[in-house]
Amino acid sequence: MTLFLQQLANGLTLGSVYALLAIGFSLIFGVLNLVTFAHGEVYMIGAFAGFFTLQLFPGNIILAVGVGFGVAFLMGMLVERISFRPFHGAPHMTTLLSTLGVSIVLQNLAVLFIGPQTQSIANPVQMGHIFLGPVRVSNVQVITILVSALMVVGLTLFIRYSRWGRAMRAISQDLDTARLMGIPTTRVTTLTFCIGSALAGVAGVLIGFYYNAFSPLMGVEAGLKAFAATVLGGLGSIPGAVLGGLILGLAEDMTSAYFNPAYRDVIGFFILVLVLILRPTGLMGKKAAR
Amino acid sequence: MNLALSYQKITKINGRTRMLVFLGAALLFALIFQNNSYVMRVGVLAMLFATLTVSLNLVNGYTGLFSLGHAAFYGIGAYTSALLSLNLNFPFWLSFLSAGVVAMLFGALVSLPAARLRGIYLAIITLAFAEITRLLIINMQWLTHGPFGLPGIPPPSLFGYEVTSDAGVYLISLALLLLTVYVIERIMHARPGYALLAIREDEQAAAASGIKVFLYKILAFAIAAFFAGLAGSVYAHYTRFISHDSFTLNESFAVLSMLVFGGIGSTPGAILGAFLLTAIPEVFRFAADYRMVIYGVVLTLVILFRPQGILGKSSLALTGAPRAKPERKSRGTA
Repeated sequence: MTLFLQQLANGLTLGSVYALLAIGFSLIFGVLNLVTFAHGEVYMIGAFAGFFTLQLFPGNIILAVGVGFGVAFLMGMLVERISFRPFHGAPHMTTLLSTLGVSIVLQNLAVLFIGPQTQSIANPVQMGHIFLGPVRVSNVQVITILVSALMVVGLTLFIRYSRWGRAMRAISQDLDTARLMGIPTTRVTTLTFCIGSALAGVAGVLIGFYYNAFSPLMGVEAGLKAFAATVLGGLGSIPGAVLGGLILGLAEDMTSAYFNPAYRDVIGFFILVLVLILRPTGLMGKKAAR
Repeated sequence: MNLALSYQKITKINGRTRMLVFLGAALLFALIFQNNSYVMRVGVLAMLFATLTVSLNLVNGYTGLFSLGHAAFYGIGAYTSALLSLNLNFPFWLSFLSAGVVAMLFGALVSLPAARLRGIYLAIITLAFAEITRLLIINMQWLTHGPFGLPGIPPPSLFGYEVTSDAGVYLISLALLLLTVYVIERIMHARPGYALLAIREDEQAAAASGIKVFLYKILAFAIAAFFAGLAGSVYAHYTRFISHDSFTLNESFAVLSMLVFGGIGSTPGAILGAFLLTAIPEVFRFAADYRMVIYGVVLTLVILFRPQGILGKSSLALTGAPRAKPERKSRGTA
């Protein structure tokens, strides 16, 4: 039982980071109806922005998260400008490849300028532990879960109550009508892309901080898994993305704890295939997939 | 400009003559460079990637589906062929054919759920399948030696002769490419081909006209996987060593990029795209570390300024993939 609870805590930590990444995919799909494949690279760049901040200001995780958020926000603006705006309404294959091209460029530039090896922060924060009954939770885990939860709540409030949020919801329902009603659709879709990217940046900082490992290739696997989590929850649904992320994190942790650590990377895709066969719209998606 | 003119002339000639011209050029290339093993090696890769691209075009171009995991069939073919040769001492031709058949079975298997899905969901399930295949290759150590790969695969042998030279394998892969082009073009000019095109243009109308949409989608997947498996077999026996590293999503994306680059829905385009994108990283070898950056930039620029690809028709760029939301009209490019 203790093992189970311990794995639950670890799985939730990982899952909350996947959730942040998945929200980005879902937000972008919901408003633009297109998929980005550069999300993993934005996550990686956000992570490195946090890494360099932590090198300059050791231990200042809040500042690192803020810088990761800001840098990824700007990266989102760039990616949207190059590989999304020219293709509004184009088929999925087009933006998939245009974002793929951008992600190849970003990834290789990162390898060139930062180096291909995995880097760690020289003086990481002192690991402290809290005991919740028999379960040991590190302060890094607490920070990760808290920051992710804060982001999710903030985003939900933003979408529900702000003018911009209302504009986003209007566009996701019907872009042309939204434009006729005077909503600056281009600016709002750009903002959506930037917010989704910024959340990916925060996820990057958190996961890099959690494992104390930053690599230019960290975005490939994470991006793919978060994409799986998004589809699992239902493309376009934000609660779905959170749910999908948490399920994926838990499933990975439970698989390596109870079954076989070698299969932790496969489990997400197995669940994804099952969901696509049984309920293609995902757990909480509404749009018809068939 | 000259190229464009000569292409226009070539398109007026019928398909058989065009294939003969292509064969002649490819043989001349082999004759000139037969002793340059580096050029021949790139040539083999170009031929194999062209086979993959032409076969993917059957699914993504002609049938209008969106498969994102073609490298999985390539990998399955390579591993099938290698394991049969190593463990059961199959002769090359038998391993080669088995590779195609096994890949075809997997293609049909994947298409069972995939053919019921549309657009991006179809892409996702093929992508998930490709990832599962790759991860299983790593984890099923008893069969595949996991991350260590399979060394010591025998070279291809035909009629008792072992083909060890690069030029020899170049000719084999050229023959494979021509076979793939021939079979797929025959299909496209016969009843099943018209059915596939009808499905691409309007699935509901096709179904209403009595075309068994589900069966034809499975057919498209199975045939594409068959040729990908054959290409995988030649690759395995050529490099003599395979590992999961050669069949990742990057390879799937590379094949898709080649197809879109050359022109989706066009067989000459598919071949051209494969040749160009295989050559670009090689030509830019002097740029060393920057060549992958250049590759990404070239890919982005082509999609930005010519979304239908070099030889593609602009109408196909929009119908090539199913429209997710019909009421949302195309704006801007494409």
